[in-house]
Amino acid sequence: MLARRIIPCLDVRDGRVVKGVKFRDHEDVGDIVDLARRYAREGADELVFYDIAASARGATVEPEWVSRVAREIDIPFCVAGGIRSVDDARARLFAGADKISVNTPALAHPALIDTLAREFGSQCIVLGVDSRVIDGAWRVHQFTGDPDKTLTDHRKTLDWVREAIDRGVGEVVLNCMDMDGVRDGYDIEQLAAVRAVCSTPLIASGGAGRKEHFKSVFELANVDGALAASVFHKGVIEIGDLKAYLGDEGIRVRP
Amino acid sequence: MTIGLIDTGCANIASVRFALERAGLEHVVVRDPSETGDCDRLILPGVGAAGAAMARLQDRGWPDAFRQDDRPLLGICLGMQLLFDHSAEGEVDTLGLIPGRVEKLPLSESLVWPHMGWNALQAFGQDEPLLRAVSLGEYAYFVHGFYAPVGAHTVAQADYGAEVSAIVRAGHIAGCQFHPERSGRVGARILSNFASQ
Repeated sequence: MLARRIIPCLDVRDGRVVKGVKFRDHEDVGDIVDLARRYAREGADELVFYDIAASARGATVEPEWVSRVAREIDIPFCVAGGIRSVDDARARLFAGADKISVNTPALAHPALIDTLAREFGSQCIVLGVDSRVIDGAWRVHQFTGDPDKTLTDHRKTLDWVREAIDRGVGEVVLNCMDMDGVRDGYDIEQLAAVRAVCSTPLIASGGAGRKEHFKSVFELANVDGALAASVFHKGVIEIGDLKAYLGDEGIRVRP
Repeated sequence: MTIGLIDTGCANIASVRFALERAGLEHVVVRDPSETGDCDRLILPGVGAAGAAMARLQDRGWPDAFRQDDRPLLGICLGMQLLFDHSAEGEVDTLGLIPGRVEKLPLSESLVWPHMGWNALQAFGQDEPLLRAVSLGEYAYFVHGFYAPVGAHTVAQADYGAEVSAIVRAGHIAGCQFHPERSGRVGARILSNFASQ
């Protein structure tokens, strides 16, 4: 049977890995390839790279570092941030990325998803969703890489996930914005609600602080993978220890 | 020893190329059967949809070349699926080098589609050269929505609602449903085994 995935997320800005709290106050945490190599060695199942400022500043991620990562690591990785066209996607996939993730540009032009899925196959098209409660409902947010430009979209999160799957995404990463970087645990309620409408793999993001949080999100929200950043970057949780713990708790992970 | 890595033009071959580099395996990228003179084995990497990939292979004369070739051939992911007679992905006839059909993975309440992630390699014999020094239960990285049901040519399988062929072999022709280039140490071992079999 399939193993649950542990996925370090590397937020990239100007070619370096950074990390903020609730999407603000970014600090430098290291070189892209150094961190990628370290996580692959420690047992990460996959990596996600978010160029967090790409959508907000109108730039696209640079294939140059995508190719450097692809050369060095032997686990799959996904590249996100500012991918607006088939050409943007192709450049990253042909540089060696296994998947590309779309977020803000797909909200602006949902047909982009159909085009990308037709061109490259659903298996490499991931939907990134930044979501938090506004007026009593989970709603999607745009331009989350820059707090001054972040917008609440008119769409409700559950509706958007359904629509994007119909259009052809092959995986959904749900980032629960209120939990991001605060290490209080994943947003189980929201993730379970999205799980119920999500027929593709679902990855939880936002809130990991302790090993128990990973156990909870797999058991209670039945997600396929759990993504985290600060706890890995700062050495609060070591991936090998985490996987040993999850294995002992009866959750299937790749040793 | 030189591996010819087949570039159909619609595939991302960078990942496989980098994996061969990491493993120190000599290789050249080939676009046309006439370019394979120096190669003693071939890899057909996988990407995209079956119909589009078959059309590109036919344009370059690969189907006839494969039928007349006796060098070891390794298909990866879609490249493995194309080795069979027919694919339900677009209902296209494929290379016909291994008997059988590729079907859509069954949808179910309890399993998501596509099959994406690390799955354990099960039920294989010790005489398969690609699996030398690989143990039962080790994990490999899969990403696919269609699959070859377990059959006479299956030499390793994975369980995902259906019994999925993970490695198939018919004589000098073999295929991996998973991505050895993205399967960590296990994948690197399988590529090295292919190079030395």
